[in-house]
Amino acid sequence: MSDVTSQETNRSAPGAFRRMRDSDLWYSFTRSPLAMLSALVVLIFVLAALFAPLIAPHDPFDPGSISILDSFLPPAWEDGGDARFLLGTDDQGRDVLSTILFGMRISLAVGFASVVFAMLLGITLGLVAGYFGGWVDSVIMRIADVQLTFPAILIALLINGVARAMAGPQSYDKVVFVVLVLSIGLSFWVQYGRTVRGSVLVEANKEYVLAARLIGLGPWTIMFKHVLPNVLGPVLVIATINLALAIITEATLSFLGVGVPPTQPSLGTLIRIGNDFLFSGEWWITIFPGITLAILALTVNLLGDWLRDALNPKLR
Amino acid sequence: MTPALSVRNLRIEIPTRRGVLTAIDDLSFDIAPGEVLGMVGESGAGKSITGSAVIGLLEPPGRVAGGEIHLAGERIDHLPPERMRHIRGKRIGMIFQDPLTSLNPLYRIGDQLVETIMTHQRMTTAEARDKAQRLLEEVGIPAAKTRLSSYPHQFSGGMRQRVVIALALAADPELVIADEPTTALDVSVQAQIIALLKRLCAERGAAVMLITHDMGVIAETADRVCVLYAGRLAELGPVRDVVKHPQHPYTIGLMSAIPSLTGDPDEALAQIPGSMPRLGAIPAGCAFNPRCGYRFDPCTVERPPPYDAGAGEAACFLHAPAFARQAPAETLRQADAAGIQLSIPNGEAAR
Amino acid sequence: MIAFAIKRFVQALGVMLVVALISFMMFRFVGDPVNQLVGVDTPPAERAALREALGLNDPVMLQFGRFVVKAAQFDFGISYQFKQPVASLIASRLPATLELSFVSALFALAVGVPMGVYTGLYRNTLLARGFLAVSLIGVSLPTFLIGILLIFAVSVNLGWLPSFGRGETVNLGGVWNTGLLTKSGLQSLILPSITLGLFQMTLIMRLVRGEMLEVLRTDYIKFARARGLSRRAINFGHALKNTLVPVITITGLQLGSIIAFAIITETVFQWPGMGLLFLQAVQNVDIPIMAAYLLLIAFLFVTINFIVDLLYVAVDPRIRIGGRTAG
Repeated sequence: MSDVTSQETNRSAPGAFRRMRDSDLWYSFTRSPLAMLSALVVLIFVLAALFAPLIAPHDPFDPGSISILDSFLPPAWEDGGDARFLLGTDDQGRDVLSTILFGMRISLAVGFASVVFAMLLGITLGLVAGYFGGWVDSVIMRIADVQLTFPAILIALLINGVARAMAGPQSYDKVVFVVLVLSIGLSFWVQYGRTVRGSVLVEANKEYVLAARLIGLGPWTIMFKHVLPNVLGPVLVIATINLALAIITEATLSFLGVGVPPTQPSLGTLIRIGNDFLFSGEWWITIFPGITLAILALTVNLLGDWLRDALNPKLR
Repeated sequence: MTPALSVRNLRIEIPTRRGVLTAIDDLSFDIAPGEVLGMVGESGAGKSITGSAVIGLLEPPGRVAGGEIHLAGERIDHLPPERMRHIRGKRIGMIFQDPLTSLNPLYRIGDQLVETIMTHQRMTTAEARDKAQRLLEEVGIPAAKTRLSSYPHQFSGGMRQRVVIALALAADPELVIADEPTTALDVSVQAQIIALLKRLCAERGAAVMLITHDMGVIAETADRVCVLYAGRLAELGPVRDVVKHPQHPYTIGLMSAIPSLTGDPDEALAQIPGSMPRLGAIPAGCAFNPRCGYRFDPCTVERPPPYDAGAGEAACFLHAPAFARQAPAETLRQADAAGIQLSIPNGEAAR
Repeated sequence: MIAFAIKRFVQALGVMLVVALISFMMFRFVGDPVNQLVGVDTPPAERAALREALGLNDPVMLQFGRFVVKAAQFDFGISYQFKQPVASLIASRLPATLELSFVSALFALAVGVPMGVYTGLYRNTLLARGFLAVSLIGVSLPTFLIGILLIFAVSVNLGWLPSFGRGETVNLGGVWNTGLLTKSGLQSLILPSITLGLFQMTLIMRLVRGEMLEVLRTDYIKFARARGLSRRAINFGHALKNTLVPVITITGLQLGSIIAFAIITETVFQWPGMGLLFLQAVQNVDIPIMAAYLLLIAFLFVTINFIVDLLYVAVDPRIRIGGRTAG
């Protein structure tokens, strides 16, 4: 269906924008207010995270600008609030709004990096398993099966624990980001792997692949140029939904105290720090990062849901 | 005599993203009690959807947008769902195409029969079980008593279709709609199933609406046949006449596309050029006109209603004297040669 | 049937062996077990003696065999941080986790299935759309955040329910401390169970809804309608029963997930269960506890899978003869 429109527009060569505007995906996007709203919110969040140093009213990591005298200030609209700190301050006098902006940066960075890592790993293993078959396929898919029986968070925790043991407690903080990306990415690759492998098995027997082989194209050229484009749709859906999951997983690990250290807090770390003050009445330290995380995860999920439905008309 | 089923000017619409499609347009036909009416046409001609409309199970968003459906004189197309439900199964039985998927895999055959019987008739479970056993015997399932406690997957396709027939006839309906009842079956059992269906309905005096694209089945089974094209009636008449002396150009093409045992095996089968239009792209005038060898002026402008033609009726202007007079002489000569019984004297158009 | 059960059992054993190998490698090669057991100032000779005594100089396969035999007897060695046998540590924490997981699963099923059926049958009603929206939020919110929000709303602001711990427990037969028999124990259970069960509940609801929609489209439901069966008989007799087959599978598998996810809930509510123990082990690099926990969870998963497979056979007559059919 979208083939037809893209071919037509190609002939008149009006460029990518027109092609996108004419596609079914764009049509379904403009027809779904929820998808548009989610995309807008995600965009705002990503931009705010990218430009956090410019937007944030304070630099929460500059010891010179933090005063312990400002600690535990409630949000500006509450009694005792301070107009300088819109969402109040935490136990060290850091501006909550600024820590959220910087925290989101780390959450999103870890989330994106984990998804890219999982995607690359999954696609590669899926291609290898599907193309070579035999025992290579068996081994990869058995690992996937076993891994799939365990929840991702448990696998991430285990990898995290092992990495912690191997790196030693002193140097752990230096490698924490790599460990997080590895442990989240390793726990998510299976879905991509299975999807790609299934698709390779289907496509490999089709005539065009046979034809490509006959004219002497190598296996990897065939895989990347011919098979891969066919699985990009499902992979994109998985990636979007996984981004929400990765952000949640990172936040959970950080909340559990095995993630990002408090010196460079992500949203999960912020919630963990604030959690200690929930009972003494300083609810804003934990609730605001919590709400931010919830909205971020929800909107990314909504986008993923919409994308899945839009690419799979049969599901509706 | 009141027909068992009477469909008057039926119109079925399906609203879609790109506009409203008309799946059935101004369709009228009757089925007398005990009569077998064959419904033929290509896929998408509207056979199945007509059957679904009669039994009140149109898939949303499809809807009956006009016309009337009468069952033994009683109008049923606008009944509230709960009343229509009591008609389904009790007064109208339905048989679907695929016996492999028509039966719930998780329930025993006997339970599905008893459930159906007890929905429509006041009986104790024991009585219903007896009746279920008799029904299975009637449809020719050996060891019916023990087979009652079998699951569907333990039956072959043909046997399952027998069970489906037993289920459809469980409450002795006055009309049975059979939607491609043998398409999914082995050729070897198709004839048995059709014969069984015909015999059981004849014994009960039930009218049958037999939906199929298999002209052979129709020729052997039906009393009359209704040919649909693009959601419209093309031709309706006694089965012998329609098969031997088709009166609509589409039916003529359809019949000459069937291989015959007596014909020359080396002779190429005739084909109708082109294909049936999609529902969204039905041409103006007669739906068949772009593919028709006898097309003349009014065909592309005005839609032909059914005219008396031969022993039945056909929706073609060749059968309307007022229009046929406008046709070129050559067209009329060819039509006559093809067996179309023109309503005007052959020489008249030449003037 | 018997052959099927045996085949599944062998497969389960295979998975257990693989997991055992992973735990063994963690145990043996991640960090030095000797260093963990002795002080910094222990002389090398003493270390070597300990190494020999622990059998760390034997061939690796022999060590693995010994590890498996010991694990089968619930001997997982000594915890590095607590200096106590891992088995007794876990045994003392197990009841808390199992009670929490079980109540959560019950909650998820009891609420999730009816909601799924409702949203499947009446998918265009306002209430069904509301359920779906709530479920999406349930899927998107991290478990720990739900716990914190519940604590904030119910415990801090309203002061209705306790926010941490198990409350008063009663000892049964010297091995099992239960919180199910006291008022404070039950009260303490409410918030953690909801927190832990909410995600599974939304999952079950969406699954039941999806299956219901799928089943309602099938030919046998169409045929059941054509036979004039009542809505009730079609929806709750025919459709629901066919929906339950995959639901049983997934719910069974989710039970394992619940036990694993308890780690998070236990942290939020300071629930003295296995999860909390495991988390402390990860933070303090207490490998014996990590290895034992991994094995235990794997064992629970495999056992649950096995039971689910047998249940599956009981519900779906098609599997009793021949292999499992698709779907």
